[in-house]
Amino acid sequence: MSGWFEFLLPWEFSPLAAALVIGASAAFVRGARRAPPGQAVGTARWIGFFSGLALLYFVMQTHFDYLSQHMFFIHRLQHLVLHHAGPFLIALSRPQDVIARGLPTRLHDKLLSPLWHHPLVRFAYRLLQNWFVAPVLFVGLIFFWLTPEIHFYAMLSGTLYHVMNWSMLFDGLLFWFLMLDPRTKEQGALIALGPRIGLLLAAAFPQVFLGAHIGLATHDLYTVYGICGRAWPISALEDQQLGGLITWIPAAMMHTVGTLVVLSYWMRSK
Amino acid sequence: MKIHRAWLVALVLVLSACGGGKGWHLTNISGVVPDLEFRLTDDSGRPVSGADYRGQAVMLFFGYTNCPDACPTTLAKLAAAMRQMGEAAQHVRVLFVSVDPKRDTVEVLHRYVRAFGPRITGLRGGQAELKTLAKRYRITYSYGKPDAEGNYEVTHSSAVFVFDARGKARLMILPGDGAKTIAEDLKRLVAG
Repeated sequence: MSGWFEFLLPWEFSPLAAALVIGASAAFVRGARRAPPGQAVGTARWIGFFSGLALLYFVMQTHFDYLSQHMFFIHRLQHLVLHHAGPFLIALSRPQDVIARGLPTRLHDKLLSPLWHHPLVRFAYRLLQNWFVAPVLFVGLIFFWLTPEIHFYAMLSGTLYHVMNWSMLFDGLLFWFLMLDPRTKEQGALIALGPRIGLLLAAAFPQVFLGAHIGLATHDLYTVYGICGRAWPISALEDQQLGGLITWIPAAMMHTVGTLVVLSYWMRSK
Repeated sequence: MKIHRAWLVALVLVLSACGGGKGWHLTNISGVVPDLEFRLTDDSGRPVSGADYRGQAVMLFFGYTNCPDACPTTLAKLAAAMRQMGEAAQHVRVLFVSVDPKRDTVEVLHRYVRAFGPRITGLRGGQAELKTLAKRYRITYSYGKPDAEGNYEVTHSSAVFVFDARGKARLMILPGDGAKTIAEDLKRLVAG
C-alpha cells in the first residue's frame, strides 16, 4: 500500500501545475454551482473536465513522471495525455464559461479579462489559432521534440524537459479547444465545422508516419534512455517499438474520435 | 534533416549559454547538466563531497563491481585514455559511483578500482544519497531479481559525465567513444 501511496506523490513538485489544477477545479465547481437556471452543467461535462484534469495531474505530478523520464514508451504515454487525451477531454467539456463564472470577481475583472482582451494577446491567439498555423504547430511540436538529437538534450536537461512538457500541454489545449468548439463559424468559432474535419484528419497522417517510422526502426533512435538507465530491464528496441505504436495508433484514434465529434456538431447545425 | 540540423544548432547555442567552446569530439553538455555535487563515502571510508574534487577534471560514472561487461569496459577505457594523456592525466580523476552498496563495501570497492589504475576513486553511499545524486543527474538504476545464489543484475546509466576543474559539467562520454577521442578532449579540457 505504501508503495502506491509513494507512487502518487510528485517526483518533481511543480507549484505551477498544482496551482493550475487546484485553481481550475475550484473555479469549475464554483462556476457550476452558480450556473443560471436552465444552464446547469451536465454530468458528462463534469466527468470530461475532471477526468482530463486528473489524467494531466497524474502524468505530471506523480512518480509516473519519473518513469516517463527513464522509459521511452512511458514518455510517449505521458505526451499522449499532455498533448491529446487530457486537453481533448477538457475541451470536450466546454469549461470556459463555467470557469470564468467561478473565478473570483476581482481576479476575473481586474487581471484575466483585460489580459485576454489585450490586443497583443488577441493577435497572438489569432495567429496560433490560424487554420494553417494550428495544425502545423500541433504536428510540428511532436516532430521537433522527437528529433533524436533534440530529444537527447530534453531528457538530459531538467529545464528543457519542463519546457518540452509544458509546450506540449499548452499546444494541446490550444489545438483541441480550436477543433472541438461546438459553435459554427457564424456563431463565433474561428474555423468552420466542415474544414475542421479535414484538418483533423490531415493532422493525423504525419503522426501515423512518425509512429510507424519509430516503431519499425531496427536501431536505437533515442539512445539517451540507455545512457541514463531505464526504469526497469527492457531492451531498447522493445521500448522503442512500444513507443512508436503509442505515437501511431492511440494518437490517430484521438483524431478519428475528434472528427466524429465535429461531425456530430456539424449534423446538428444543419 | 537539414531543418533538424538548423534547429539543433540553434538549440545548442541557446543551451551552452557560456559558450563552452566548439569542436569537441565528445558530446557537449555545458549548461545542460548541473555542477558536480554529492555527499558520499570514498573507497578509503572517508566522507567526501563534490567540492573535494575541485581543481581537477572529473569523470563521473555509475556502476557496480559485479557488473559483467559495461563497467569494466568503461573503466579500462578511461584508464587507457589517461595513460595516453601522459603528464596531463595528473589533472584528471575518475569517480566510480557504485549503485549497489549492498554488495560493494568499502573494501570491495577499493580492491576493484585499484585494479584499473591509480587515478580512479570508488564512491559509495546509502540509497538516500544515491537517489539524490541520480535525480540530480537525471539518471536511474534498478535491481533485477536475485537468482538461486542471490546474485542479481543492476541496470544503470552508461554515461560518463565530465566536469572541469571548477566542477562545471562540460562533456559526456558515450559508450561508442574510444580512448583516443577521450584523451584528446580531456587534454584540451585540462589545458583550459
